[in-house]
Amino acid sequence: MSVETLARIQFAFTIAFHYIYPPLSIGLGVVLVLMEGMFLKTRNPMYERLTRFWIRIFALIFGIGVATGIVMEFEFGTNWATYSRYVGDIFGSALAAEGIFAFALESGFLGVLLFGWNRVTPRVHFFSTVMVALGSMFSAIWIVVANSWQQTPAGFHIVGTGLTARAEITDFWAMVFNPSSVDRLSHAIVGAFLAGSFLVLSVSAWYLLKGRFVASSQAAFKIALLVATLAGLGQLFTGHHSANGVAVNQPAKLAAFEGHYAASAPANLYLLGWVNNKTHKVTGLSIPGGLSFLVHQDLKAPVRGLDSFRPEDRPPVNFVFQTYHLMVAIGVTLIGLTLLASFLLWRGRLWRTRWLLGVFVGAVLLPQLANQLGWYSAEVGRQPWVVYGLLRTSAALSKAVTAGQVWFSLILFTLVYALLFALFLYLLNKKIQHGPDEGEELSESSHLSPASKRNNPVISHDAPTASGAALSHVSDL
Amino acid sequence: MYQTFNSVAMTTILGLDLAVWWFLVVGAVFTGYAVLDGFDLGAGAIHMLFRKEASRRVALNAIGPVWDGNEVWLVIGGGTLFAGFPVVYGTVFSAFYVPFMLFLVALIFRAISIEFRSKEPMAWWRKMWDWSYSVASIVVALSLGVVLGNLIQGLPIGADREFHGTWLSFLNPYALLVGLTTVALFAQHGAVYLLLKTENRIYARLTLIVRQTLRVFTGLYLLLSVATLWYVPHMLAVFRQQPWLFAVPLLTLALVLAIGRFLKRRRYFPAFVCSGSIAALLLLTVAAGLFPVLVRSTLNPAWNLTVQNSASSPKSLSIMLTMAAIGIPLVATYTSFVFWVFRGKVRLDSASY
Repeated sequence: MSVETLARIQFAFTIAFHYIYPPLSIGLGVVLVLMEGMFLKTRNPMYERLTRFWIRIFALIFGIGVATGIVMEFEFGTNWATYSRYVGDIFGSALAAEGIFAFALESGFLGVLLFGWNRVTPRVHFFSTVMVALGSMFSAIWIVVANSWQQTPAGFHIVGTGLTARAEITDFWAMVFNPSSVDRLSHAIVGAFLAGSFLVLSVSAWYLLKGRFVASSQAAFKIALLVATLAGLGQLFTGHHSANGVAVNQPAKLAAFEGHYAASAPANLYLLGWVNNKTHKVTGLSIPGGLSFLVHQDLKAPVRGLDSFRPEDRPPVNFVFQTYHLMVAIGVTLIGLTLLASFLLWRGRLWRTRWLLGVFVGAVLLPQLANQLGWYSAEVGRQPWVVYGLLRTSAALSKAVTAGQVWFSLILFTLVYALLFALFLYLLNKKIQHGPDEGEELSESSHLSPASKRNNPVISHDAPTASGAALSHVSDL
Repeated sequence: MYQTFNSVAMTTILGLDLAVWWFLVVGAVFTGYAVLDGFDLGAGAIHMLFRKEASRRVALNAIGPVWDGNEVWLVIGGGTLFAGFPVVYGTVFSAFYVPFMLFLVALIFRAISIEFRSKEPMAWWRKMWDWSYSVASIVVALSLGVVLGNLIQGLPIGADREFHGTWLSFLNPYALLVGLTTVALFAQHGAVYLLLKTENRIYARLTLIVRQTLRVFTGLYLLLSVATLWYVPHMLAVFRQQPWLFAVPLLTLALVLAIGRFLKRRRYFPAFVCSGSIAALLLLTVAAGLFPVLVRSTLNPAWNLTVQNSASSPKSLSIMLTMAAIGIPLVATYTSFVFWVFRGKVRLDSASY
């Protein structure tokens, strides 16, 4: 295989694996803020137990997210040196901003989140939770801004030619708010909310089916369902906006989404289908003129098709078509699920509808799949460009790197990530089997460390209910 | 790229141009990484010298709440290098392809060993992650040192700004010596940190270990100084031109001697400040010796990658300097907050590893 193919496989593999984790952290962060906020508001220790439990799971996810994220940061330089030199003036500033403003925030406060239970007051702990949640969102902002600049470059000019050519920044805010960044950022963040909230929904539904931790699982389910329902509806909006943006800024990608070849003709909207890359025909179920309607609000308006692009400027059509349609189908399913569950909750029948809880247990995989597939269609749809219209992927490689070296690192990372994934699943399962502690841990910690700022009646005078509850546990022992 | 440089007429702040300021930022961030994650890596390097399960647990929890925040300095360092000197970032990282891949894998193993070790009670499980943690910490420190050692000597960089060598040449004696010295320095730094954070059995053991680490580091440091005079004389040019710069290595030597005295009097905090300062001063010595070159070409001095010819545009640098001016004090503030929350000796509780 060529260095280009190998380097692309490696990047795709490492980024796809990495992308399992940050969306979970972002979504869980929001759920954690709500849970711990409920604890501060009600002083009901059940919410503290829930927060502690989900922070332990958050830490596991966050740890792997960081470990695999550092690889990404260095991979630009190791495998894509020409690209790095070309975009560093712009892309680098977004990465540097991510490190300075986002990553340091979340990693710094994570220590307090995990180990600070007995060292800081509940309010300071809640503040740390908010900072970690915000930090993980700031990370997403800068990374998606940088990626969006690759899709729709703005605020730059090209300086130099040949080997020394590069993009230099002319307008920082035009770069940050490039034509696609707001659409894509909102779409990605809301997708992350879905990933995180569906994990909580899945685990809580499983406990409810097993009849374990019933009260706290119902509480957790309700919090996560609120996030998931709002996020699901939000995705309709952000998804539609994103697609309209693609129509304006990246017509080749939009045409690939729907397998639309004719250079200028009304375009169909497919529900599902198969694109024959040779005959340029799509077989499937479609709304005639549907794409024209979505883009121009007119069933007969022409949409620019792939035939108007040179063959070497077209993305792989069927792959983009399939990933895009699967993402949309999953998104619609998620909206249906959350609306149904919200309706049943309102009618007071949700906890009795066991089949739906069963569906939610497995539904944790759906937002993960949709997030992955969405990125595949976005990134493969940009091909053959690494920076749309400016730099081809084939020209972006490191010239000093050989196929053997990329093989070596690809095999190495495949093995390490396989091990990491197996350990992740094993430990996640173990934590879930164990579940939130039913009070023992709270009383144990107040028992063990008299200096605790949380359950010590002398210090935590601002928390009479919590300390009272903890004390009664101690006397129960 | 030179055209824009001239057209903006070399914006300067306090007489230094923006690229030099950004060089100082990148240097400060990597120094922060060496000082902060240095003690985590050092604690990992000497981890297997603790025999008892309880001691190992205390040692891990001593770095538990801070190591992740410390590692962030590396992420910021990579980002600032990419942003300010994209040419250096691309060239160096693709040149050191194999060592960097091993470094990244070791970094992953360091992280997951800390996270996973406490999740199961079985002795074999804990022993396995203890070994993995310790070996990974040593590999991270060693590979950083080897990269530094090669940067000091220079790389075969061509006119095309690409590396024209083979990766096996990285394993030369001088670079390996720099690598070993880095491991020893971090081990020393980590041992002093652990002395600050522990009590009882492990503390008693550390008072013995720290003497060994200091002895090994001092020996390697002197050997490295002689080897540098012998093998990489170009590092000395600037010291001959600006003799006052000799203050830096002299101060380093004074601090090495001071550590011994502080340790004898059981004054561990000043000893910790000394070992952190040594890491910073050694990096400063390297930076002073190379400046304004960032990557020296062994093929032709005209092909050196310098602060000037590999920097981002002045516009980009001024934006990022603004970000750094706002962001780095913030990072320092909450880093200090976290260290303050977890001040004092380690106490294990239900939240510990």
